[in-house]
Amino acid sequence: MKRQLTCIICPRGCALEATVQDGQVTVTGNACQRGAEYAVSECLHPVRTVTTIVKVANRENTMVSVKTETPVPKESMAEVVAALRKLSVAAPVAVGDVIAENVCGSRIVATKDIT
Amino acid sequence: MTNHDIVVVGGGPAGMAAAVAAYDAGCTDVVILEREPSIGGILMQCIHNGFGLHKLGQELTGPEYAAVYAKEVAKRGIKVYTETTVTKVTEEKEITAQNREGILKIKAKAVILAMGCRERSRGALNICGSRPAGVYSAGTAQKLVNCFGYQVGKKAVILGSGDIGLIMARRMSLEGAKVEAVCEVMPYSGGLTRNIVQCLEDFGIPLYLSTTVVRIHGEKRLEGVTIAQVDEKRQPVEGTQRYIPCDTLLLSVGLIPENELTRLAGIPIDPITNGAIVDENCQTAVPGIFACGNVLQVHDLVDYVSEEAERAGRAAACLTTDTQSIALETKAGYGVRYVIPQVIRSREAGAELFLRVTAPFGKVRFVVTDGEKVLHTAKRLKAAPGEMEKLTLKPEMLKAATGPITVSLEVMA
Ligand code: SF4
Repeated sequence: MKRQLTCIICPRGCALEATVQDGQVTVTGNACQRGAEYAVSECLHPVRTVTTIVKVANRENTMVSVKTETPVPKESMAEVVAALRKLSVAAPVAVGDVIAENVCGSRIVATKDIT
Repeated sequence: MTNHDIVVVGGGPAGMAAAVAAYDAGCTDVVILEREPSIGGILMQCIHNGFGLHKLGQELTGPEYAAVYAKEVAKRGIKVYTETTVTKVTEEKEITAQNREGILKIKAKAVILAMGCRERSRGALNICGSRPAGVYSAGTAQKLVNCFGYQVGKKAVILGSGDIGLIMARRMSLEGAKVEAVCEVMPYSGGLTRNIVQCLEDFGIPLYLSTTVVRIHGEKRLEGVTIAQVDEKRQPVEGTQRYIPCDTLLLSVGLIPENELTRLAGIPIDPITNGAIVDENCQTAVPGIFACGNVLQVHDLVDYVSEEAERAGRAAACLTTDTQSIALETKAGYGVRYVIPQVIRSREAGAELFLRVTAPFGKVRFVVTDGEKVLHTAKRLKAAPGEMEKLTLKPEMLKAATGPITVSLEVMA
């Protein structure tokens, strides 16, 4: 099976063609190795980095932005956001602080400093 | 009135990078004036990832990218005035700003304009209909959702397929809203392909090209929009109208460089870019005033904003630290009739000096000095007015020179 993909790893957005045969993926059109890795993962088990926000309990109207430290399965994106909506943290928070240990298989880390 | 070497207007990605680069180029008296409570600019609400791959070699979210530069600013002790709005910049490089303490007046040797851009609003589009709540510019909605945690709506239509619109389509979907459609008046999308894939295709959101919103419905709150296809002249095609019920309309219909201060300073603006006219160092037509980042041209990638701003910062520092930008005069000293060139402007490539002596000499030594300091010497077995002499000055000899550069001759025993 052939699949046309657009690499989302960097803004260059290479047009990739992936051929899947017996669980083996061959990729053309990628300008770098990361594109090939993306196509393989996209065909076999697509993943995404999820970025969202978590409430800062002790600051008025303040949210801290967070991300999954590693990409999670594409189908669990909404689950990550929903799980994190229930959380709250206390400031101060620094970039890189771990907000949750395991949500859908990834650690959740802060991406913003809240002083 | 206080004095500073360089004043940077705006503490977003352009302002931060310019200030850091200026500092590193030798100008330590740099201040940043920022109207928000913290620096970082628009990056602080761009919580998605994809920043920094080109410039920093890693994929960061917007706030993380900003934090990298904010740290560099802090490390250098660069003074930042937050919640400080600049209201005026003059050709003489006098800046008027306002904050809680009152009015601030600063006289600068160089000014770097880094005010960024703002979104085109509904008013610029002339969409028919009522004026209900629920119509936002995409960036405003982004700030409400990502910084304050508000839900802006439950059922949305997005007009414009620029990157902010696409990013917000994903963001609202993840927050549980249903994004009914993204409409783009042009026959192609204005956003990066990767954003169409990961923001629309991932969520099954349709993108309608050559389509626009022709009417807004609703009294207090938006109830729906009418969309229609457009022809080559971007005029709605009769019979293609379709009503979509929704409570939210996001507009992602272009960015306008925020050049009010630039215009006020009498700086000429390019009618196409809506930014200042600049030279290769981002210097505007007013010497000593620079412009960089989205206030100069709307960029796709923040990485390029940082690079452009660094260029402006370095050039502004050169102006103030005086060593690089001052043209060096050359002079003929004892035994030398003239020196060509009479002025050295660019030092990076070094300089070749051509000269003739005043009379025939035997064994001599040419001495090139910068004030008291000897930059270079060259021996000759003989010298005569009929034979042109050439001396080569290396870039490092000129680097810290202040001029004039004098070439004279010493007779050797
Ligand atoms: S293949 Fe490499 S260069 Fe092309 S978009 Fe992907 S990461 Fe970027």
